[in-house]
Amino acid sequence: MLRLQPRQSPSAFWSWASPILALVLTAVIAGGIFAFMGRPPVLTVYTFLISPLFAPNGIASLAVKAAPLIMMGVGLSLAYRANVWNIGTEGQFTVGAIFAGWLALSLPDAPMWVIFPAEMVFGILGGVLYALIVAWLRTRFNANEILTSLMLAYIGQYLLIYLVTGPLRDPMGFGFPQTALFSDAADGPRLIENTNLHFGILAAPIVAAGAWLMLGHSVLGFQLRVLGQAPRAAKFAGFSENRLVWLAMAISGGLAGLAGMFEVTGTQGQLSTNISPGYGFTAIIVGFLGRLNPAGVVPAGLLLALTYLGGDAAQINLGLSNSITGIFQGILLFCLLGADVLISNRLLWRRRSVAGGRA
Amino acid sequence: MIELLVNLIVSVMAAATPLLLAATGELIVEKVAVLNLGVEGMMLMGAIAGFAVAHETGQLWLALLAAIAAGMTLSFLFAVLTLTLQANQTATGLALTIFGRGFSALVGAGYVGIAAPTLPKIHLPVLSDLPFFGATLFSYDPIIYLALILLAATAYFLRRTHGGLILRAIGDQHDAAHVLGYRVIRIRYLAVLFGGAMSGLAGAYMSLSYTPLWAQDMIAGRGWVALALVTFAAWRPFWLLIGAWLFGGIMYLSLYVQGLGVPVPSALLSALPYMGTVVVLVLISRDRRRIRLHRPAMLGRPFQATN
Repeated sequence: MLRLQPRQSPSAFWSWASPILALVLTAVIAGGIFAFMGRPPVLTVYTFLISPLFAPNGIASLAVKAAPLIMMGVGLSLAYRANVWNIGTEGQFTVGAIFAGWLALSLPDAPMWVIFPAEMVFGILGGVLYALIVAWLRTRFNANEILTSLMLAYIGQYLLIYLVTGPLRDPMGFGFPQTALFSDAADGPRLIENTNLHFGILAAPIVAAGAWLMLGHSVLGFQLRVLGQAPRAAKFAGFSENRLVWLAMAISGGLAGLAGMFEVTGTQGQLSTNISPGYGFTAIIVGFLGRLNPAGVVPAGLLLALTYLGGDAAQINLGLSNSITGIFQGILLFCLLGADVLISNRLLWRRRSVAGGRA
Repeated sequence: MIELLVNLIVSVMAAATPLLLAATGELIVEKVAVLNLGVEGMMLMGAIAGFAVAHETGQLWLALLAAIAAGMTLSFLFAVLTLTLQANQTATGLALTIFGRGFSALVGAGYVGIAAPTLPKIHLPVLSDLPFFGATLFSYDPIIYLALILLAATAYFLRRTHGGLILRAIGDQHDAAHVLGYRVIRIRYLAVLFGGAMSGLAGAYMSLSYTPLWAQDMIAGRGWVALALVTFAAWRPFWLLIGAWLFGGIMYLSLYVQGLGVPVPSALLSALPYMGTVVVLVLISRDRRRIRLHRPAMLGRPFQATN
């Protein structure tokens, strides 16, 4: 039977090969599911994973979807490295968007060089403040951050619904749950005129590069890694766990808020009830697929962005529900976690009697 | 007044049942020190499996079995990844939820807005015939009773039986349990499967009785609330019941107040159960000593036999 034998030290090769193996496995499994549903598997997987890239504006759409995923994935990588399980980035994204959107609506006549940087500050501020609630509850009251951050994500969603159906609703909007459109200045600069390539697409790789430097080449990055890998060692070294929890939450929350700000100003131009197709949760997969390494998060973010485009393509071209995006993402994470076993284990084929079976 | 009170009790019982079922399952899972964060996903799978089978066959018991099987299938996946392949439990649980969301939405796309047979109410002799309120207060569908029975059985099993002792031993000191000859991994598999079955059943209760319809994402965070309940109860079955009723009460309150037409925006009232969860978690967790006392010592730690 197949047996796992622990390796002496983790395999660097498999640490990077495992995401690729996982992607291949996912395509095969997804194809199997499509075949089971009576769809041509190869064509469906092709439509889902390849065709969006060759569609008109395919690359631009990919960049627009990838930007928030990369930004949030980077933040989560830092937090998860420190064993801080912020899974409520969806909420921090929402509150960041609310803060920035509120500012944009309040100052409709401000010039771009004033309003746009101010929106960025407000977006970050919204995300940081919302995330720090979680940090406070964990450090002060020992409350599990997984549950509190997730509950706050739900609360953030209802806050958004309240605002766009109440105080911030567009009075001229025929009662639709959305705000007025932001001014052109508030929407920010475009990388290329008349496209939706907003400034966040430039900011995402910059953020990733900065985080990569920080994680690998700064004392703070070192402390975060030690706290995650050897909490006792961190304690003996005198690193304050609480301070690192606050920092990890602030960074991941701030980046989520910034992503929310870019999303509503850059691509949507207003606040509405659905500002995110679950970016916050997808960013968790982005983080893991990118090996919790900001450099790996960039390609991982692009791949997961592709699954959103693929869902739309499958809906338009094949009449499938775009919820296959979620299925694909889920399977991908399963396969990745399964394939990761090869990082610290060797797969051996051995007869059962030798070791007396699995004890 | 009596009518209002009866209404309250009936509504709270109904709202508490899916939480109670899922939390009882997760309690057993966490007692063997496994943390499965995929409850929400398993409940969604149970909800759509139960609803679809009920709609297609009209057989409710078949629908419940399908829901249980759906929950167990996902939890089996979880067990293979975390117990056999030693994958990270937090990440795998999240994967379960993401996958369950997507899969239930895909399968459920054809079932939105249609009806399925719903669970019948059970008529208890004598009690249901009591004048005034007997007919409402003592006629629930079978799952409400089942949830209470399963909770009591779980409490008895954990406290009073040899099996329960083994379960707790594995949760508190898996290496010692292994040395004593207990099959740690196998028993954890069974516990995780039980958790999946209970979550599936909880989901079916949602789609076949509580809001007898299928809607995308209809579990709406109840799986996460169930997880919070286990912590709230400090891994003690009786407190699970208190917690479930408390949350059932908050959920009822947020709906009831919306119905009254008070000038509080309904979106904020809908957020009430989630705020309540945070508050309760905070109140419970601040007592670090009590948490440490009751928390299965090996919670979330992988086990690998070394022989």
